[in-house]
Amino acid sequence: MNPAQLYSQPAAYLVVAAFLLGVGIFGLIRRRTLIGMLISGELIFAAASLNFMAFNRFAAPDQTVGQIAVLFIMGLAAAEVAIALSIIIAVYRNYRSISSKELNELKG
Amino acid sequence: MNTFPFSDWLVAAIFAVTIATTVVGALIAAFTKRIIRSVCGLAICSLGLAGLFYFLNSPFLALMEVLIYIGAVCVTIIFGVMLAEPDEPTPENFVKPFPVIAPLVSLAIGAGVFLGIAKLSLGHDWQTAAAGTVSDGSVHDIGVALLTTYSVPFELISLVLLVAILGALVIARTGRNKE
Repeated sequence: MNPAQLYSQPAAYLVVAAFLLGVGIFGLIRRRTLIGMLISGELIFAAASLNFMAFNRFAAPDQTVGQIAVLFIMGLAAAEVAIALSIIIAVYRNYRSISSKELNELKG
Repeated sequence: MNTFPFSDWLVAAIFAVTIATTVVGALIAAFTKRIIRSVCGLAICSLGLAGLFYFLNSPFLALMEVLIYIGAVCVTIIFGVMLAEPDEPTPENFVKPFPVIAPLVSLAIGAGVFLGIAKLSLGHDWQTAAAGTVSDGSVHDIGVALLTTYSVPFELISLVLLVAILGALVIARTGRNKE
């Protein structure tokens, strides 16, 4: 494998996507606040869309399929962020904290 | 042949820079203490990801990545950080239950996922000869496909966004009425 042609190898993109997934899972476990966990979730979304695009570029006969799938992922991620942040703000109003350790009651 | 002497290596250098931007951004997003730096890491990671999308023959998605992730998602998260103050000081008598084991276990899980999937993806030749034979994925083709083949999911995603906006308004508003 010629290192100058690395950008035309699907394995390069797949390894970067696997790295994003690993870092996202690590952050999801380690973070103590809800916003930090939300950011790690966004990293996992990014890993999924990079995988979609890599397989779209190197394996799909119709090259529009993966791009449209990634567009839908971006739309769902935007909707998810809006909902999650409104929930976080509602939680902050009730608990005065968004640390995941404090959220230990089901009915406040 | 290329007319410019080192153009192959220039492209490879730009590719390495985009990968480094993505990786460093992800590391900043996951490892920094303060949330606002984590948001900046997510923005850097999205910028590198836009570069990777550009290398994957999709300048349209590169633009969308910058617009939606950096322009909308990161700014929205920064608004959430401003409203919710996540960086409260840890109390003096706070004792971590597992000071050594917990970071190691989470690091092992993350590294295990990364190494396993990386080994799987390196062990196979994913390229197929049929790639790009039907359509080359231009913006014109994306527009046509969105309005013909994918018209139902396209309408559904606008409905999902509408419901998400209304739901976010309702959830944030009921908390305000209680005080």
